[in-house]
Amino acid sequence: MTDLADQSRPRSRTTKATEVETGWHHPSEHRLRRLVLEHRAALGTLAVFLVMMSIFIAANPAVFMTWSIYSSVLTTLPVALFVVVPLVFVVTGGEIDLSFPAVMGFSSWTFALLVQADFDPFIAMAAAILTGLVLGFCVGALVVYAGLSSLIATLGMNFLLRGLIQIVNEGKSIALVTLGDSPAYKIFSSEILGVPVQIFWAVGFVIFATLLYNRHRFGAHVKAVGDNPDSAKQMGINVKRVRVKLFVFMGIGAAIGGTFSTMINFTWWPTAGDGYLLPVLASVFVGGTPTWGGVGTVVGGAIGTLTVAFIQTGVVAAGLSGFYVQFFNGLIIILSLVGHRWNQERYR
Amino acid sequence: MAEHLIEFRNIKKSYGSVDALGGIDLYVDKGEVLGLIGDNGAGKSTLIKILAGVVKPTCGEIIVRGRPVSGWNAGRSREAGIETVFQDRALALQQSIVHNIFMGRELVGMFGWLKLKQQLAEADRLMREIGFTSEAYTPRSIVGQLSGGERQGVAIARAIYKQADLIVLDEPTTALSLAETAKVFQFVRQVRASGRSIILIDHNIHHIFDIADRFAVLDRGKIVLEADRSKVKSVKELVGFMEHVARAASAGGGHAKAAGGVAP
Repeated sequence: MTDLADQSRPRSRTTKATEVETGWHHPSEHRLRRLVLEHRAALGTLAVFLVMMSIFIAANPAVFMTWSIYSSVLTTLPVALFVVVPLVFVVTGGEIDLSFPAVMGFSSWTFALLVQADFDPFIAMAAAILTGLVLGFCVGALVVYAGLSSLIATLGMNFLLRGLIQIVNEGKSIALVTLGDSPAYKIFSSEILGVPVQIFWAVGFVIFATLLYNRHRFGAHVKAVGDNPDSAKQMGINVKRVRVKLFVFMGIGAAIGGTFSTMINFTWWPTAGDGYLLPVLASVFVGGTPTWGGVGTVVGGAIGTLTVAFIQTGVVAAGLSGFYVQFFNGLIIILSLVGHRWNQERYR
Repeated sequence: MAEHLIEFRNIKKSYGSVDALGGIDLYVDKGEVLGLIGDNGAGKSTLIKILAGVVKPTCGEIIVRGRPVSGWNAGRSREAGIETVFQDRALALQQSIVHNIFMGRELVGMFGWLKLKQQLAEADRLMREIGFTSEAYTPRSIVGQLSGGERQGVAIARAIYKQADLIVLDEPTTALSLAETAKVFQFVRQVRASGRSIILIDHNIHHIFDIADRFAVLDRGKIVLEADRSKVKSVKELVGFMEHVARAASAGGGHAKAAGGVAP
């Protein structure tokens, strides 16, 4: 049967050297081709974004020539980016986190309380991030060590934390009047030459996260765990710890996002973060990170965020009534998903 | 007697009153391919789990390079240079070849940043070493795009990384086509050529007849036959003997053992 396999090759240790040295050519070492192949999800997202923008601009060129339309998007976009990027990691790791809106609200609540109590906003920010970290750990521990489904458990945590906020605050907001004069505000929330400074922080965060995802052990472990947890475990990766870290990262991102959002508005609302649930989820998947885990793209997620952020602005600016916004939201999401499905294959 | 790489002496394993292994004596020498054959339930997987240190034997001795090792466990097994490629192959299919090879033991520099170039070079070297001669793939290729035999090659490369001396392949050709099986055996030959030893496990003697230097046939927890490849003229002879053993075993419960040769 397997006589074919033998071909009576010599059984000596000096196997024909040619056989080992030839072969293993590098056709896809061609740099450009490899880059396109490796980043095809992100490039697809970019294409969707560009097509969408050209349609908007064609519909009403005058509006898109003014800076204010971009300025307004650039103010709110960073908040979403701080949440979308960690969520790309979470989805790549084979999990989902729906508790981030409440974590955003909860951590920025810490921030608001401390600023209101005359603490330095830097300290308040650190405390907010710590809050996010602890909440993320709690959510992660619940999912990983109690063995709950992340979809349901994080949904439950979202309601639970938001409920706590509502019970304590009874719907009252906190105004942060002194915030505008602080150095922290200038560093994190002012403008440089008319460009909202948050966007620089957010872009820095995206670059850091991209490196973490592609060039760090953590990213490698997240992909391994999301792809084949049994394999990862067999190869000595502490799967549970990686999963908990994912939720901690998510908590930190949500805390930063929530704090930025509070700074922009000078006010903390008990509903802070609530509106981000669906746009953020949409951004991750529009960005080209598939639902099945193991693969994803941080840059794609960032472009996806940009796409989702511009839909509302663009629809209104293009002269359509606000009633069209949801329809276009849905249209872009569905078209992107179809595109990505065609663009990438799932191996099993 | 020459010193064996790994030797099992009178290894027994019982689960309650059931004897999974009833006194196994088995050895592997440096640079040889040992074919371990046996039906489902013969005790093959128990044996390799003991070898990997995942399962503890009830009694018996494990000798590595002439020295008895006490407190045998997964760590000791790795220290002894034993790497097991499990049946399910355990590869992450959406990931690249290099990512799979270094999974869980990435080469990192400061703060855990990956040494990507070094990993790529090392993966390239490993794949060449086992004779992965496909022209279409590089260490960056996604494992899911490879054929079954090539995936097995990645699993083998992963096992020989870290200088494993003994690689245990658990049914590596299951569900593979003839051409793919040939490919896997090509990898196995390259590994042997590099001086490493291999235990090849299969339930079908035809699969591994041509590649193994020595055979051990396992039946109901005992080695019923141990034979050198050079002493066996054809696969038919071996099959005939195995049938004979099976008949004798079912008739009287006795076990024949022919060390070093086969009595027709």
